[in-house]
Amino acid sequence: MEEIGLLMQGFAVALQPENMLLMLVGVVLGVLIGVLPGLGGANGIAILLPLTFAMPPVSAVIMLSCIYWGALFGGAITSILFNIPGEPWSVATTFDGYPMAQQGKAGEALTAAFTASFFGAFVAVVMITFVAPIIAGFALRFGPPEFFAVMFLSFACFIGMAKGSPLKTLAAMMLGFLLAAVGMDTVTGQLRMTFGSEEMIRGFDFLVAVIGLFGISEILCSIEDGLRFKGQRAKIDLKVVLRTWAELPKHWFLAIRSAVIGCWMGITPAGATPASFMSYGVARRMSKDPNGFGRGKVEGVVAPETAAHAAGTSALLPMLTLGVPGSPTAAVLLGGLIMWGLQPGPMLFVEQKEFVWGLIASMYLGNVAGLLVVLVAVPWFAAILRVPFPIIAALILTVCAIGAYTVSNAEFDIVLMLVFGVIGYVMKKLDYPLAPLVLALVLGDRTEEAFRQSLLVSNGDIGIFFHNWLSGGIMALGIALLAWPVLTWARGALAGGFGRARAA
Amino acid sequence: MTLAISRRSVLLGLAAATIAGGAEARSWEPNRPVQIVVPAGTGGGADQMARVIQGIVSKHSLMRQPMVVVNKAGGAGAEGFLEAKGARGNPHMLIITLSNLFTTPLATGVPFNWKDLTPVTMMALDEFVLWVKADSPWKTAQDLIEAAKAQRLKIGGTGSKQEDQIITAAITRATGAPFTYVPFRGGGEVAVQLVGGHIDATVNNPIEAVTHWRSGALRPLCVFDEKRLTATEKMTETQAWSDIPTCKEQGLDVDYLMLRGIFMPTGVKPEQVAFYEGLMAKVRETPEWKELMQQGAFNTTSLTGDAFRGWLTREEERHRTLMQEAGFLANPS
Amino acid sequence: MSTTTLDIAQAAGRSSQGVRRTAMEVATSLTLALVGAAAIWDSARLGAGWGVEGPQSGYFPFWIGMILAGASLANLIPVLRAKGAAAEEMFVTWPQLRLVMSVLIPTVFYVAAIPVSGIYAASAVLVAYFMMRLGEFTWRSALPAAAATAVVAFMTFEIWFLVGLPKGPVEELLGF
Repeated sequence: MEEIGLLMQGFAVALQPENMLLMLVGVVLGVLIGVLPGLGGANGIAILLPLTFAMPPVSAVIMLSCIYWGALFGGAITSILFNIPGEPWSVATTFDGYPMAQQGKAGEALTAAFTASFFGAFVAVVMITFVAPIIAGFALRFGPPEFFAVMFLSFACFIGMAKGSPLKTLAAMMLGFLLAAVGMDTVTGQLRMTFGSEEMIRGFDFLVAVIGLFGISEILCSIEDGLRFKGQRAKIDLKVVLRTWAELPKHWFLAIRSAVIGCWMGITPAGATPASFMSYGVARRMSKDPNGFGRGKVEGVVAPETAAHAAGTSALLPMLTLGVPGSPTAAVLLGGLIMWGLQPGPMLFVEQKEFVWGLIASMYLGNVAGLLVVLVAVPWFAAILRVPFPIIAALILTVCAIGAYTVSNAEFDIVLMLVFGVIGYVMKKLDYPLAPLVLALVLGDRTEEAFRQSLLVSNGDIGIFFHNWLSGGIMALGIALLAWPVLTWARGALAGGFGRARAA
Repeated sequence: MTLAISRRSVLLGLAAATIAGGAEARSWEPNRPVQIVVPAGTGGGADQMARVIQGIVSKHSLMRQPMVVVNKAGGAGAEGFLEAKGARGNPHMLIITLSNLFTTPLATGVPFNWKDLTPVTMMALDEFVLWVKADSPWKTAQDLIEAAKAQRLKIGGTGSKQEDQIITAAITRATGAPFTYVPFRGGGEVAVQLVGGHIDATVNNPIEAVTHWRSGALRPLCVFDEKRLTATEKMTETQAWSDIPTCKEQGLDVDYLMLRGIFMPTGVKPEQVAFYEGLMAKVRETPEWKELMQQGAFNTTSLTGDAFRGWLTREEERHRTLMQEAGFLANPS
Repeated sequence: MSTTTLDIAQAAGRSSQGVRRTAMEVATSLTLALVGAAAIWDSARLGAGWGVEGPQSGYFPFWIGMILAGASLANLIPVLRAKGAAAEEMFVTWPQLRLVMSVLIPTVFYVAAIPVSGIYAASAVLVAYFMMRLGEFTWRSALPAAAATAVVAFMTFEIWFLVGLPKGPVEELLGF
């Protein structure tokens, strides 16, 4: 096959010593970018992109894709150790990753997360290698109604997750939707709920909210139990990697299912964030022990990480074949391609074969290099937890402030972060669930937009969501998933003797 | 490590450049990193252009200090404009604009006007082309207009009450054919929605749709300019950019060009403006820039100083008229 | 780790004096209802109807505001009905609150200082303060750690990654 030959050629180029060195540098830089919440994969690559213009395009692509891998791997580290998701798709990883770290299993959680990321990304790269042309066409079928259906399904998968008071879950989710709506309405261009404030025009950025709700509030909660983080005494060495690996094969089905969800969401291109939530939701629902989720279950780390990285990687496919970036990081890479005189789109695979296969080869190798680097570093990462609380708390606060600021270079966002921290503290102590709030905040405006675009397309006919088998099928699946928990939910509310009308 | 090396090489290159350019007026130079504010999201046209400029400046060592791209997309760019407005007297901030320089304040009532900035230079003008699917029955703009009169068609575009929707409204005004405008987030997304058949036509910029044209998925009907595009290189088997008729030729009297310009905050010194004028002139001479202009079929008009101000004044008036006619102006409340 | 802070922490959980959970529940519900009301008010201004081509700008925020306000107010019922132990439960005891404030108050000052002093100087002071106040380190170890934090952060962001963060008079003096 021609493809295999080209791929092997790509490997030969990537394995030259200077390119290997670039790979290593790229991975290390990427991990650094992933760990610092202020430097998401997208900013990281954007910042380093101009540097690579001085290199030959192949070397530049190798280095950039290694930075990309490093950043993907690095995102899980702060989520697990400090409950601070550096990227939107790392949020679901905190649900079980952080409890694991609190129980002294930080090493296991990190190893599971890295391995899962590797697996998800690997599956996606294999898919890109062999079925790219077939799959690329599939993305074209996704118009606004199909997009809304996918969003609806993400919510449906996740909705059964909430524990505790249904009223509080509802309130938290609605608060998330409202926060997402602040700022400019993309459909009509009107400003909503800014109340005349120039700072509010920007809206509430997801990362600012999450850094506060998760990171800052966690510090406030943990000092109540004394000035320390839990789980700091666990003994960690490289053996933890092997021990965790011995356990992981039994989750093979979970990993494959999550990778499939991720690839699908990456191609559509709904992106890595809904993929991670959906995969987590499905894993919990299919589990024999759903109540163990959220309390430090390794499945709760494997599912979202696999899906997020399968999605993040397969998002490169619509970028290369259609010129539509599936993620912010991919969007910046897209700019880089144009700078090198390569026009992404259907003609890229025809006219720039060497480049495309070189890129794919570097994706394989970068993924492997990234896994090796981060696994070796697991004990070091986990050892951060042994730093005395006063130092680590001050450093976390600093890193959070920098992270909040860099999202849109606004000092006001640091204030917002602190406010969200206090809100998160109060909500946690009163058992308001944060997950529905975050889900609504991150997907809310895209969902509303897709809904309204669909109705524009159909001239206001709501039947458009069932106009073909694709969106109709996804909608039906979502409704079926919703119906089951709503029934139990309503029963619970009735038994409680209140809120009957609300639950319906 | 690579970082350290390339920084040093940048510095060395610069030392050489400074010696070579010693004869030129060196009255002012940036003494700290220069920010380019992009009032749009990552990956869009303005963002790409800013990053290309950043890449060119560092690759050819055109400036001693590094250049940093900062995206401030909130509120259709209002965030970026307000930031630049507030940075009075800061000579280390540039802002790259698109048509939202005019449309955002008019549509939202955000307190901002281009006169709150110092115009530096027009880098280029971006063209707009009317696209349909290659397998659609419409071969000319008139075919599309006639079809739209018979049955309401959908035109997709980027954002709301911005250039794409203004053009759509102008088409309706010129011909009486009603269109439903469907807003999306970015030009690439719009092009793919058209390829997928979810909308009937788009007014994408050339660079956003060129690859789908070349792959045979899309067909350009006409270009919204007074004269044809200049690039004569064959893009498909049979057609070059210059083969696309103007919309006026096809009886659709609408033209629209989008500004890609560089501005500074107010209160900066003339020699500081002159430095960036010179810098951008050097950028426009590089092969990378010419490559970008060629690929995107840009209109490479460039203006500075009073000519640029005059152009801005006329364009602002034109946008006000266009948006008033379309009913896009913000309520005075 | 200081023994005194640990003692406080142990005492903190047992103390029975503090903010009642009921009071916090009521306050939170009322705040959320207010947020909902604000959304309803603003959406009504924009138009919250269902136009010819689907919902208007204010449609979703309007109904979301309604549901939020409704759910929050409904949440008051079980809270106010609670009797016995549930009604006596503490949200936070005074000693616990003192611990929380020992971190929160310096953080508020930190955030307030950033626009004035820049983020690097403020972070250095925060690190030094936390080490000396919360963790009984002496200035001998606290000051170098603080300086190191500022310098490492500065090098990473300003020099290597070219990310501009808020800077103050100190950086100005050094010519950045």
